[in-house]
Amino acid sequence: MKRLISIVVILCMLTVVVSGCATDTAEGTLNWNIGADPKTLDPTLNGASDGGDVINQTFEALVREQSGVIIPGIAKTWETSEDGLTVTFNLRKSKWSDGSDLTAHDFEYGFKRGIDPATASEYAWIWEYTNIVGAAAATESGDLDSVGITATDDYTLEITLISPTDYFVSLMAFYHFMPIKQSSVEAVDGEDGAWAKDPELVVSNGPFVLTAYTIGEGLRLEKNQNYWNKKNVGLAAIDAVFIDEASTAYTAYQAGELDVLPSVPPAEVPRLIAEDPNFYVFALLGTYYYNFNMDLEIWSDVRVRKALTLAIDRDLICETLGSGQVPALGMVPPGMPDSDGNDFFETGGTYGLAIDDSMVAEAQALLAEAGYANGEGFPEFVLLYNTSEGHKMVAEMVQEMFKTNLGISCTLENQEWAVFQDTRKEGDYELARGGWLTDFLDPSGLLAIFQEGNAYNDPNYMSADYNAHMVAAQTATDSATHFAELYKAQEILMTDLPMMPVYHYTDTYLISEKVIGWERSMLGSLDFSGVSLAD
Amino acid sequence: MKNYFIKRIIYAVFTILLIATITFFLMHSIPGGPFTRERPVPDEILKILNEKYHLDDPLVVQYFDYMKGLVTFDLGPSYSKIGTDVEELIIAGFPASAKIGALATFMIIIIGIPVGMISALKQNRPVDYMVMFFATLGVTVPSFVIATLIIYFFAGILGWLPTFGLNSALSYIGPVIALSGYSLSFVARLTRSSMLEVLRQDYIRTARANGLKERSVIAKHAMKNALIPVVTYIGPMIAAILTGSFVVERIFAIPGMGRYFVESVTNRDYTTILGMTVFYAAFYVIMVLLVDVAYAFIDPRIRFGKGSN
Repeated sequence: MKRLISIVVILCMLTVVVSGCATDTAEGTLNWNIGADPKTLDPTLNGASDGGDVINQTFEALVREQSGVIIPGIAKTWETSEDGLTVTFNLRKSKWSDGSDLTAHDFEYGFKRGIDPATASEYAWIWEYTNIVGAAAATESGDLDSVGITATDDYTLEITLISPTDYFVSLMAFYHFMPIKQSSVEAVDGEDGAWAKDPELVVSNGPFVLTAYTIGEGLRLEKNQNYWNKKNVGLAAIDAVFIDEASTAYTAYQAGELDVLPSVPPAEVPRLIAEDPNFYVFALLGTYYYNFNMDLEIWSDVRVRKALTLAIDRDLICETLGSGQVPALGMVPPGMPDSDGNDFFETGGTYGLAIDDSMVAEAQALLAEAGYANGEGFPEFVLLYNTSEGHKMVAEMVQEMFKTNLGISCTLENQEWAVFQDTRKEGDYELARGGWLTDFLDPSGLLAIFQEGNAYNDPNYMSADYNAHMVAAQTATDSATHFAELYKAQEILMTDLPMMPVYHYTDTYLISEKVIGWERSMLGSLDFSGVSLAD
Repeated sequence: MKNYFIKRIIYAVFTILLIATITFFLMHSIPGGPFTRERPVPDEILKILNEKYHLDDPLVVQYFDYMKGLVTFDLGPSYSKIGTDVEELIIAGFPASAKIGALATFMIIIIGIPVGMISALKQNRPVDYMVMFFATLGVTVPSFVIATLIIYFFAGILGWLPTFGLNSALSYIGPVIALSGYSLSFVARLTRSSMLEVLRQDYIRTARANGLKERSVIAKHAMKNALIPVVTYIGPMIAAILTGSFVVERIFAIPGMGRYFVESVTNRDYTTILGMTVFYAAFYVIMVLLVDVAYAFIDPRIRFGKGSN
C-alpha cells in the first residue's frame, strides 16, 4: 500500500513537472528594429518613445493599457475613494528578475526618484499632470516626504490627488511610472541610468529581461522566468537592432530578417496603406500647427489670422503627406474620450473652420474687411520651420495657398533644429512651425500649452478668458465640469486663433503577419508581452 | 633625424590642442545646448542638469576643466547617451569602423594604384579609356547611392548579401565597396596623372637613353616617384576612412563611430563633438607624420634634419 502511495505521489510529481514544462511554450525569437539607439533604458530618466518601447517589455507598471483598455499589471485591483481623491492599488505578490520580492516600496522609490530634482529627470514635468498631492512642488523643492505617494504596507500603494483625475489610472501604465530596484540604481558603475543598459546590473520586473546590449548595434531581451504572468509570454527572446535608415530596415523586413519596423521609407507609405494588411496606421496624440507671433502688429487683427487659417486646404496637405494624417481644426486629436465617453475631437467640431478650401471666399472677405482686399498692402512675412524635407513640403504648400487664395506673399526660411527652438522660444519670428505630442489621455496636456506662463506658449498668447477656463478645468472636482471647461477653452482658442492647426500626427508600423498578439497603447507604446510567432 | 621627429611630435601635440580649443569655443558659440528639447526642460531641472555637468561654470573654467581631462584621456560623459562616457563610445565604435576602413584602404591600394599605373602606361588605349570611365563614375557617384543600390539589388532582390550589420564575412562586401568607391577612383586617377608626368621627365629619358630595360625604367625610376603624391593623399585618407563614414555606417547599420561625427553636432552633445574631433585630429596628425617617413623610403632625395624643407 505504502508503495502504491509512493508510486502515485511520484506519478503526480512527474505530471506536475511535465505539465509545468508544457505551460512554458515560449519559443521563437522576435526580430525587432527599434530605430535609433535609445538614449537610456532607465524608466525614470527616459523621455523618448524608442526607449519607452523597450522599457515596456522589460518592466511592468501598476497597470497596462492596451488600445485604451486598462488591464491589471502588478496591481491586482485598485479602488478610488468616493471623493475621487485617494486611489489605492492592491499589488499582487510578484518578483523581480533576480528573484527578490517586489513590493509597493519599490513603486514608492521609483516614483519619488522621478520627482526628486537630484535625479534631474527630463521627464519630471509629467508629475504636474498626475495631480498627486505635492508632486509638482517637490519636483522643484525636493520635499519628497509631503508627496501623496505612500506604500502603506508591502502590497498596498496609496496615492492622494489634488483633484479627481479620470485619466490617472491609465497614466500609471506609462513608461515613466515603473517600480525601480534601488540596489540596481545605486550599484557601482550604475549611475546616470548606466545600470539599465548593463545586463550584469539590470533588475526588472516585466515579461522580458535585458541580456545583451551593444552600443549602436542592438540588444537582446529574454523571457523573464520570474515574471508573474510568464505563462502568457509566448516568446523566448527578442532580438532588437538599431537601424535608423528606414530603407535598409525595409529591405531586411522584405528578406524576412526583421518582423517589426517602427517606420518605412516615406515613399513606400501610400502603396503600403493601399496594399499591405500588415501595415498599421494609428492616430498619435499630437498636432502639427503654425504659431502666429502675437506680439507683432501684422497679426493683431483676428480677421487676418482667421483668413490665413481658412486659406489652407488641410485635406490636400494630408493627402500629399499620405500617411493617414487627419486634418486638424483644433489642438485636440482624435482618440481622447470625454466624461460621457464621446471622442473630444468629434464633439468639439469644426469651430466654423473648414478642412478643405471650401471657405476661401470667406477668407477673402475677412481679409478685405481687415483692409487688405486681395492681399494688397499686406506686408510680406517669413514662415519659419526647422530643416526637414517633410516640413519644407508642408511649408511650400501653405505658401502657395496663401498666394493663390489670398494674394499674400511669404518667404520660407529654415533653421537647424536646436537653433530653431531657440529662435522660436525667444519670439524672434513671424509665423513658425509648432508641434506637440501628449503623454496622457486628456486634452489638458495639449491645451495647457497656450496658457499664460507655459514655457511652450510660443505665440505668447494672453487671454484671461482662456486662462480662466483652463484653471477651472484643472481644478474641477468632477469630470463633467473638467471637460465642459476644456471644450470651452478649445472654442476660445479656435476663435482667437493664436495658432493655425494643420493636421494630427499619425504613427505607422509594419508588423509581419507571423507576429500574433501584439498590442499598442493609446500613448503609442508597443507591448509584446502576449506575442507568439506563427510558423 | 631624431631631433626632427621630436620637433614634429611637439608640433603635433600643439596642433591637437589647438584644434580642441577652436572646436570648444566654436561649438559653444552656436545656439542651443545639450538639453534643448522640443518640450523644454523645466528651468529648475535645467539648472540641476547644468550644475551636474558644470555647464553653468564660466566658459573659460569649463575649457580648462576639459583640457585637464583631455590630457589624462578622460573625455567626459556623453550627453546624448547618458551613463556612457565618450571613451566608451569610441572603444565601442572604432573597431567596426576600423575593420571596414582597413579593408577599404587595402582595396584602394591594391586596386587603385596598379590600375592607375596600367592606365598611364597604356595611355589613350581602350584599357585606359575603360579605367578612366569607371574612375570618373566612382568619383562622381555618391557613396549613399552605391550603398543603397547594393542593398536594394544584392541584398534585397538577389539575396546574396545580408541586408545590415557586420555579422558575417559576406556582410563586409557592401560597406567596403561603398566606402572605397570614391577614394579608389581618385587614387587611380591620381596615380595615372602622376605617372604620366613622371614618364615625361628628363631622368626617365636619360635612363632610357642609357639603354636600361623598359621594365627597369618603370619599376626603379618612374614608379617610386609617381607614388609620392599618392602617398600624400593616402595618409590622411586612412585617418578619415578608419574613423568611419556617417553615410555608409547608417545605411548598412554598422555599429561604428562615423555616426557620432554628425549626430553629436545635431544633439549639441559637447563632449562627444570634442572627443570625436580630437580623436580624428590625433589620427590625422599621426598619418601625416607617417607620410613624411614614407617619403624618405620612396624618394632618396628627401632627407630629414638640416637642409631639408
